[in-house]
Amino acid sequence: MSDVNEKAAARDATNWAKKVSTLNVSEVPEGAVAINVEGKRLASPIQGFGKMWQKTYQVRLPRERVSPEDLIVTWKQRFPEFWPKGNSFYAPLTGIEPGEVALIGMTLPGKMKLSTGVMVLYADEESFTLMTPQGHMFAGWITFSAIERDGQTVAQAQVLMRASDPIFEMGLTMGGHRQEDRFWNQTLTALATDFGAPLAPVETQVVCVDKKRQWSKWRNVWHSSAIRSTIYTMGAPARGVKRAFRGKDAVA
Amino acid sequence: MAEATATFEVRRHGPAGVVDIRGDVTAGSEDVLMSAYEEAGDVRSIVLNFTELSYMNSGGIGLLVTLLVRVNRRSQSLLAFGLSEHYRQIFELTRLDEAVGIHDTEPDALAAAGAT
Repeated sequence: MSDVNEKAAARDATNWAKKVSTLNVSEVPEGAVAINVEGKRLASPIQGFGKMWQKTYQVRLPRERVSPEDLIVTWKQRFPEFWPKGNSFYAPLTGIEPGEVALIGMTLPGKMKLSTGVMVLYADEESFTLMTPQGHMFAGWITFSAIERDGQTVAQAQVLMRASDPIFEMGLTMGGHRQEDRFWNQTLTALATDFGAPLAPVETQVVCVDKKRQWSKWRNVWHSSAIRSTIYTMGAPARGVKRAFRGKDAVA
Repeated sequence: MAEATATFEVRRHGPAGVVDIRGDVTAGSEDVLMSAYEEAGDVRSIVLNFTELSYMNSGGIGLLVTLLVRVNRRSQSLLAFGLSEHYRQIFELTRLDEAVGIHDTEPDALAAAGAT
């Protein structure tokens, strides 16, 4: 094998997640819920229901403050810290590494709690990509990257997605897209603030890649993390009573 | 936009346009890939030849999803051959294999495209 091929093969093995048929959550941190991740398949935009969107959020930072490589190192290491308040990203213990699964707790409008997660599909020194499981708000992935352009370090989050099912599609149309834009704007602002540029503007570019909805995928609603999270939350008192009785039995 | 690190050459085989891919496919390859797709013109199938692919990152996989949308819009089909075992697994992991017909060899892919 030539040097070039060997290098490429090594990159392949290091940077990509290994093939899995379903997701496995090795450890559930306190406060996290794995019901919408454990045993689920990954879902690309091909498996989603709604229109396909590519959303790009960018912030420019002074190159002298941070290089693209250092920015990615920091972003990977402290990913949850840059998320907007009210949302939790339970990073894997080993960090953002290919194949690792992270759980997510989100607060939707109406203070509705939603539990979901992502798998790290790809990670190298310049970028990393998180892919969603069935039942997530959208089917697709988000790539975080940094490049040098015109003497500046440009940090970018790019989402390629379709709403997973008709209910999420309706939610995105009725304010969900705006909320998502706000979410990534706040994330990039938090990142910029950390590098001493709190006033750096976040540029947003939204492209509708496919206007067609994939009606054959309406059944994805069966996996809806919104519905399943609501049912799980409603069942909390019953689970509490059950736990209390189990505790009494143990004492007796 | 990142610099293109791959080349895409187009060959016509009857109702199929074969795109020979060489180098590293990344998000920076968008313009050259889409130009190659336009160059293939009004064909029934687009056949991607990955035999000379050096590397592809997640941006490259994203490009293929975007290409697939364009192909579907024109009622064409998207086929591939020459994928290494590693990239076959990536196609399965990202579930691209559910929309892209994957074949071992060019004759197999062309036969599936009705070009033999």
